[in-house]
Amino acid sequence: MAYFDAASAEPLVPAARAALLAALDDGWADPARLHREGRRARLVLDQARERIADVLRCRADEVTFTSSGTQAAHLAVLGAVRARQSATRGPGHVVVSAVEHSCVLNAAAYAEQAGSPVTIVGVGADGRINVADFKTAVGRDRTVLACLQSANQEIGTIQPVEEIASECQTLNVPLFVDAAAAVGRTALPGGWSLLAASGHKWGGPPGVGMLVVRKGVRWRSPGPADNREFHRVPGFPNLPAIIAAATALEDFDADRGTMDIALRALTSQIRDRLPELVPDCVVHGDRANSLPHIVTFSCLYVDGEALVIELDKAGFSVSSGSACASDTQQPSHVLAAMGAITHGNVRVSLPRDATQESVTAFIELVPDVVNRLRGSVSRPADNGVPCPTMDLTRSRPGGEQ
Amino acid sequence: MNSPQHADPPAVAQTPALSIDALGKKCPVPIIMLAERIGEVGIGQCLQVLADDPAAKSDVPAWCNLKSHGFISTTDLARGGWAFLVRRSY
Repeated sequence: MAYFDAASAEPLVPAARAALLAALDDGWADPARLHREGRRARLVLDQARERIADVLRCRADEVTFTSSGTQAAHLAVLGAVRARQSATRGPGHVVVSAVEHSCVLNAAAYAEQAGSPVTIVGVGADGRINVADFKTAVGRDRTVLACLQSANQEIGTIQPVEEIASECQTLNVPLFVDAAAAVGRTALPGGWSLLAASGHKWGGPPGVGMLVVRKGVRWRSPGPADNREFHRVPGFPNLPAIIAAATALEDFDADRGTMDIALRALTSQIRDRLPELVPDCVVHGDRANSLPHIVTFSCLYVDGEALVIELDKAGFSVSSGSACASDTQQPSHVLAAMGAITHGNVRVSLPRDATQESVTAFIELVPDVVNRLRGSVSRPADNGVPCPTMDLTRSRPGGEQ
Repeated sequence: MNSPQHADPPAVAQTPALSIDALGKKCPVPIIMLAERIGEVGIGQCLQVLADDPAAKSDVPAWCNLKSHGFISTTDLARGGWAFLVRRSY
């Protein structure tokens, strides 16, 4: 049994669990009130803010807490666009990469509906943005925001954020970095103007996101006014979860170097061994420039949903970018943007406590599961029409394998 | 609304020698059918795959690229879905 879906949610760090339970006693009151209980809540909230700012290497008053990473990304994009909206010329141009998390792409689409032209910059086969295209797009007239993730949530590829940040600074365009996949896993790039992060990616509880707006960066609430969180995020903050997320982040960050080496060694084994053991298996992404804990592969001629279900039956929890495994029945926009095969896809994202034994067992299991699925021909979706049997050798170039 | 995406320079023979109907089939069945039947056309000849699963739109060109076959174009079908034109390379 092994949970390999840490990029969706890392299991709660034990220290964070203890902090969460303690905070339920200490941090329930309204931090905006002047009474004793309110002051105590305010104190622990501000301490959490400072602890998180230390790890993110920013000022505490630049950090605001949201209800999720998604809410943080929405507020970052829409607030930055709104602040730079012209009374006479309307909202300005927004640049995003094609492989941003769907919450960033959805926020950009929302801005587009409100009049912002949006440029989506493509990526190479390794998932890394085309830097020249991105810079050209940022240089377009009236660009008011550039959005580039620090690393990709599906394939782990780290993006050239500092190179883009430097271009954005030259052109005086704010840069929003969605760092949800990377915080706690790798060193953060510098030079960004706005940042979003999510507590449950590093072993905090779900329901805590962070929106960071650097001093001097123009930002205006895209929604109704609210006094909470420096007027940036509406509603009463989830104080116990925030405190637990701060504890988890400190815990993760302190262990980052050790964890990087250990998890990278394990994902490398999957990268190396699976293409040897499974015919027509492609590993995606850029090994040399990747988050340590994520590895994604596609097995040709296999249904991704069936693969996830069979692996789950055998005790391995993974996710998939295949259309049949998604609630929208759409293939992963990340894999599609890379020109990669989207079916038969599996993302392995290792939690901090992943073991050699579990990874070895996984590497032994996958070839059996794939062979079994490739051998089964009848599929309910075909309405009884048998799917053709496969002769994989027929369509394989001579030099391959 | 046709949106041909030229991946190869236009060649002499682009009339498909074979048409595979994968309409209504979910991923990965259209790709399995393509891999199974590409050998039925001669080397250098074209075949057409009709499919309407959203995954086919990226997976047909991705498969051609991976298997070093020629991917020629994607054309939208009036009834929904796409016609993919592929050239057998070997």
